[in-house]
Amino acid sequence: MRYLWFLLLLLPLALSPFPYYLTLLNFFALSAMVVLSLYVLTGLAGMTSFAQAAFMGMGAYATALLTIKAGLSPWLGLGAGLLFALLLALLLGALTVRLKGHFLPLSTIAWQVALYILAGNLVGLTGGHTGLTDLPPIHFFGISLDTGFRYAFLTLFLLVLLVLALYNLRQSRIGRALLALRGDALAAASFGVDPAVLRLKAFLLSGVIAGLAGFLYAHFLRFVNPTPFSLEASIKYLVMAVAGGVGSIPGVMLGAAFFTGLEDWLKDLLPLLLGRQGNYETIGYGLILALILILAPKGLWPLVERYLPSRDLGVPKAEPLSLKSPDGPRGEVVLEVQGLQKSFGGLLAVAGVSFDLRRGEILALIGPNGAGKSTTFNLVAGALLPDRGQVRLFGKEITGLPPYRIHALGLGRTFQHPHLFLELTVLENAALGTYSRTRAGFLQALLGLSRREEERALATAYRALKRVGLESLALEKAERLSVGQQRLLEIARLLASGAEVLLLDEPAAGLRAQEKREFASLLRSLAREGYTVLIVDHDMDLIMGLADRVVVMNYGEKIAEGAPKEVQRNPLVRAAYLGEEEVA
Amino acid sequence: MSLLSVQGLTVRYGPLEAVRGVTFSLKEGEALTLIGPNGAGKTSVLRGLLGLAQAEGKVFLDGAEVRGRSPEALLSWGLVLVPEGRALFPGLSVEDNLLLGGFTRFRRRENLRPDLERVYTLFPRLLERRRQPAGTLSGGEQQMLAIGRALMARPRLLLLDEPSLGLAPLMVQEIYRILGELKREGTTLLLVEQNAKMALSLADRGLVLEAGEVALMGPAEALRQDPKVVEAYLGLSREVEEG
Amino acid sequence: MDATILSFLLLDGLQNGVVYGLLALSLVLVFAVTRVILVPIGELLMFAPLSLVWLLEGKLPGTLWLALVLGGAWALMARGRGALLPLVGGVGLFLLFLLAKEVPPLAYLAAVLLVVYLGVATYRVFFQPMRGATVLSLLIMAVGLHVAYQGLGLVFFGPEQFRPAPLLSGEVVVGLSWQGVLVLLFAALSLMALYLFFRFSLFGKALLAAAENRLGARLLGIRPEEAGMVAFGIASLLAAFSGLLLAPLINAAYFMGFMLGLKGFVAAILGGLASYPVAFLGALLVGFFESFTSFYASAYKEALVFLLLVPALFYQSLRARTVEE
Repeated sequence: MRYLWFLLLLLPLALSPFPYYLTLLNFFALSAMVVLSLYVLTGLAGMTSFAQAAFMGMGAYATALLTIKAGLSPWLGLGAGLLFALLLALLLGALTVRLKGHFLPLSTIAWQVALYILAGNLVGLTGGHTGLTDLPPIHFFGISLDTGFRYAFLTLFLLVLLVLALYNLRQSRIGRALLALRGDALAAASFGVDPAVLRLKAFLLSGVIAGLAGFLYAHFLRFVNPTPFSLEASIKYLVMAVAGGVGSIPGVMLGAAFFTGLEDWLKDLLPLLLGRQGNYETIGYGLILALILILAPKGLWPLVERYLPSRDLGVPKAEPLSLKSPDGPRGEVVLEVQGLQKSFGGLLAVAGVSFDLRRGEILALIGPNGAGKSTTFNLVAGALLPDRGQVRLFGKEITGLPPYRIHALGLGRTFQHPHLFLELTVLENAALGTYSRTRAGFLQALLGLSRREEERALATAYRALKRVGLESLALEKAERLSVGQQRLLEIARLLASGAEVLLLDEPAAGLRAQEKREFASLLRSLAREGYTVLIVDHDMDLIMGLADRVVVMNYGEKIAEGAPKEVQRNPLVRAAYLGEEEVA
Repeated sequence: MSLLSVQGLTVRYGPLEAVRGVTFSLKEGEALTLIGPNGAGKTSVLRGLLGLAQAEGKVFLDGAEVRGRSPEALLSWGLVLVPEGRALFPGLSVEDNLLLGGFTRFRRRENLRPDLERVYTLFPRLLERRRQPAGTLSGGEQQMLAIGRALMARPRLLLLDEPSLGLAPLMVQEIYRILGELKREGTTLLLVEQNAKMALSLADRGLVLEAGEVALMGPAEALRQDPKVVEAYLGLSREVEEG
Repeated sequence: MDATILSFLLLDGLQNGVVYGLLALSLVLVFAVTRVILVPIGELLMFAPLSLVWLLEGKLPGTLWLALVLGGAWALMARGRGALLPLVGGVGLFLLFLLAKEVPPLAYLAAVLLVVYLGVATYRVFFQPMRGATVLSLLIMAVGLHVAYQGLGLVFFGPEQFRPAPLLSGEVVVGLSWQGVLVLLFAALSLMALYLFFRFSLFGKALLAAAENRLGARLLGIRPEEAGMVAFGIASLLAAFSGLLLAPLINAAYFMGFMLGLKGFVAAILGGLASYPVAFLGALLVGFFESFTSFYASAYKEALVFLLLVPALFYQSLRARTVEE
């Protein structure tokens, strides 16, 4: 199916009698590449850049300088261009990927403007606003790509390769992790993603793609000046991406095609209407962007996509990954919590809590609202840093480790409100769990070298779905699931990750009686297989019939520990739950 | 005639029905408490009432049906919520927080001074700390501030969401002493609580919510003795059959 | 460098720095209340002096029509009694413009009110319908409006630079004109007015409250859309005055606002988009830095300012935890 993109290569033949349209076609291909770089950044990773044109400029000026001033081959220029784009991305990204989402785009505006000014003012190096002329054409097996017709084959061919590579990326563990990261960094970290590193890599990839487009741009026009690498240009690319629909590859391609045509038309029309020359098309971009953001925030493609047949991927049949199945003597201590303490602005939320979790048991952590259960849970899972105390997993100290490191050691968690990714399928959601059990990096994913591992990851996810009874829904979007099914899917994601210690945060909230019973029996059978469960909940019906042991907290302290029946009779527990009898 | 009457209130969050068909009413000067274990849908009832969550069902104030609920419109009728988590303005001073409680009345050019005096009489601790940023108060003082701020709007019906949450027992008693005082002065109270014993000692009537539905309703005195309330909280009655 | 040049550079830096400072304060305020990063503030700033020039020449500026069109859209979207403000405001603005042709005092007033009306209408028409959108979407919208307004500025006023006559001419000392004194005076007055507004007016406190806790504010009857309108109104007001006072010193042209606004951003980012005092001090730093770099490397001064972002972002990066939310 996706190989149909190669049909784009027929366009130069169809347009060969019209040199003007061949030029437009080349511009479309170059714009599409830049917009695809925004697909990686915004569509997948949930960040945005207003400096894509600056990355292009890096690629363009690098090759221009090397070929004109040093007389080297354009292919060396390509290498240098990609390198410079990469370095710029590294600098910008390293400074901002850890910050809240808006610092990156804001600082890209500033860098974009600064680089544009430099390109215009470093006259000795860049030729200032007159630019650098007479770049050599690219030669390909002795053929000089010096006409729009010939050049279009190169740009379109590279464009199609890029599209295919990005499809590969989207379908890989990296693509899933990026989408997860965009939706919910906390959840992504809980199954092994290091958010800052993954974001930075996506930013680098995006910069390199734009750099490639810049290189091709320079050798197409065989002339570079600062204008096409301005902030306005960067914004134009962003408008294309958002208008078409930045969440999908066909969406951004549609945006690029639409705006390349529109720009051409506006550039002719507006000066006629206004009776003056100038960059009036920016008005159109701005207003179209505003309208799309208000009326169709997901862009135009979803409106088209509805009428297209959707294709079924089928269920995976490969051999699942070999995960270590939970084993070890029942009753051995797997998780040790000692003197855990945490305060928020003077309020002591957890005041020295200790307990052990033993293999194969279901331990419930209960207590009235505000007792510190959830804080304790988050301290164990690494989502919060304790002020004092220790947590040991399988004898190894994990206190203060980030969630993605703790997860790798065999501890998985769920969330109070299911943290799922509704636009992904049920199978993909479960497959997110396999992130830390698979290895393929960006490059392997792009080149499609990780297919085998990918199939095994999906098979693992499918096996986990079968285990919780969701296999019939594997190919549905997760948004179709009921709350109960969403809870099961979170468990499946844990099972697919090979975690042996399962931390469940209020897993029964929102479930109906029948669903609760099924959920409880699933947990019991998992415990029999050797999984260890720590459950935080306040649903007494569920806990009392399910847990082997109960730890009760109140005011940040442990007030009781023991079998459910003992705990229910404990006067301290009754007082904590029902309140004091007397009123002063 | 009842001051507030709720008929068949259902509250949804996406696919999740947090409250199903809850019906109750409240007379002027009465105190009703909504109790039940965590997750039973108590807070959602309040959110549905105020139009802060997607809700179906009818709500009558003074016998007139309320349509197009918005917190602003209900506020000017006198329906004031002290939310869970208090929603104070931590960077503003205690007194500014209180004055903002009367913001809609201030816009109608009413004098807020007498109300401020009244709040300070009820909560002398707030008077001592009136210049301090609200964020530096202790949990109990913050709860006092949240209640005081709501009083500045001159509520005809005061909704309180878990006023005892996270407070030490002595502070809970202090808060309830003040709520008792408000009740004696004639303020109508709708009190959402997990702390059932405390709430039932204050309220005239109680309503036990379980899994989004009304499980029990009756005079507070009767509910205090009812073993079913204890069961609802501690899960004593039902056995989950072994899988 | 001798003392004369030094004092010249310091005065120049101070004069620009206070303007960046007012823009930075506006940006922090608008961001705190609405989560919008107001990129088009530079265009709003430039619309004021350019509209003034047109009025003084007896012409109606295109910005008036833009404001009226947006005001009309605002009235349509608000309906009912909410439409009264945009309708009355629009008609009033139009009449004022007719009266203000070639009448300097009225023309100044008209230019300021135009920008305030335009700023508030921008919020109601473009940002308020997006409430609940992510900061990123709001930012993309803001950037889109920046390019649209800049393009419209070109249509309305052409590519030329204009230099309106200063309100006060002459120099106090070498390097400090009376107009520059006016700029400093205005900045000082604005700071005092903002301080008084947020310190003593319950309306000001309501605005701070809306920025601190949206739910809490809403429960007390402070409407988020009203708070947003006031925040945009204050930002536009400061931008309009800054533009009018600055234009006789640095000229006015459709494209010039953006760089001024961008330096306001650099300052606001230095304050983490959260702290008002740090943002203002950051703006003074930007002003001095710029004035000294222009002495040593004038061609690159606009680019070098952004270097200040590196340590600021680096510092905040160190403080941030990897996993947010």
